[in-house]
Amino acid sequence: MSWTKEEMAQRVAELFPKNVSVNLGIGLPSMVASFIKEEDGIMIHSENGVLGVSGKPKEEEVSPTLINAGKQTITIKAGASFFDSALSFGMIRGGHIDYCVLGAMEVDAEGNLANWMIPGKKVTGMGGAMDLVNGAKNVVIMMSHFTKTGEAKLLKKTNLPLTGMKCVHEIITELGHFRPNGESFDIIKLAPEVTEKDCALPN
Amino acid sequence: MSKVYKNATEATQDIHDKATLMSGGFGLCGIPENSIEAIAKLPIKNLTVISNNIGNSGRGLVALLKEKMIAKAICSYVGGNPDLEEQMLAKSVEVELVPQGTFSERIRAAGMGVRAFYTPTGYGTLVAEGKETKNFDVPCILESALHADFAIIKAQKGDRYGNLWFKETARNFSPLMAMAAKTTIVEVEELVELGDIPAEDIHLPGLFVQRIYQGVHYKNDIEFRVTQ
Repeated sequence: MSWTKEEMAQRVAELFPKNVSVNLGIGLPSMVASFIKEEDGIMIHSENGVLGVSGKPKEEEVSPTLINAGKQTITIKAGASFFDSALSFGMIRGGHIDYCVLGAMEVDAEGNLANWMIPGKKVTGMGGAMDLVNGAKNVVIMMSHFTKTGEAKLLKKTNLPLTGMKCVHEIITELGHFRPNGESFDIIKLAPEVTEKDCALPN
Repeated sequence: MSKVYKNATEATQDIHDKATLMSGGFGLCGIPENSIEAIAKLPIKNLTVISNNIGNSGRGLVALLKEKMIAKAICSYVGGNPDLEEQMLAKSVEVELVPQGTFSERIRAAGMGVRAFYTPTGYGTLVAEGKETKNFDVPCILESALHADFAIIKAQKGDRYGNLWFKETARNFSPLMAMAAKTTIVEVEELVELGDIPAEDIHLPGLFVQRIYQGVHYKNDIEFRVTQ
């Protein structure tokens, strides 16, 4: 039985030691915020210019000028700070952010990541992802195991335009927790009743 | 000469064909709504527009896209902006996609007098194509400063010297763009007296601001209202 999105988010949150800084990407990774415990002292960074992101606002707390990188309304916790985009990316590029969690189109056995365009079909742009994979100390991918049309996203070699080379450290999908090892992927943990065969990992 | 202008129309009227224009804002957060609206009415075209998203969800700078005023867009993210994605795939607008940190740093560099810098961001990707590379502790690519003729930005508060204070995450690229442009046009929600913003709390000194005006009718759109 695969993990739910919430269980995936829980798995990702369990990777973080106490008192680290974490950048959460847009989409699925933003769900991780709900599984980070207040007492763990983790500071969530959002690249649009805030360190110390907290949970969702109550209706009366909503502020149009207080959003995360996914353009969702947020709140901040005590000790939070605001800054401009250059300082925000200085935190990332300067190596001051401990973990980043990103979505992906494909990841390959060498740890190469593709998540910003499919030539001729889809272009979202890289946003902050290229900076994050070069600057964050640990790069965690949180994604669905297969594409909507059923193709594997964990590959021997990706042919999509890269976001970064040899940059991925951990991968959490609904089927399990994996690490690229150069040839294929090490299985760290599988979801209940999931077999290695279900994961369609490259040989 | 006073920096205070009457309104958006007066402050933006000399923006011309082929001008390079920077616009602050992350998605729709902190965008200069009044200046965009005024520029969309100008009889100009072939603009190069530098902005993180070039509008979003049919709003903001999308007004300039719809008027076919933009020849080239320099940005980091087009997801959430179907109008730009469409014009990009149809090749009616040339789009230079820049990693967001490199984008910020190129703008900052222009304001700081730095001509170019090396960064590992983008190495081994399409972003590195045609760029000089050099090995430091890791391989890096050379990125150049990004200047503009005009910057249009919005701040929560500003005074007649152009000293600015931004609210929450609405600051984003705006102070950097103000430093990188020859003419910076600021609209504020509150035009305040000198000294009303304590000197220690000024986010951008007025030195970088050429024009400032009191904006009107702010929508302050929220893209995704998420609540408990």
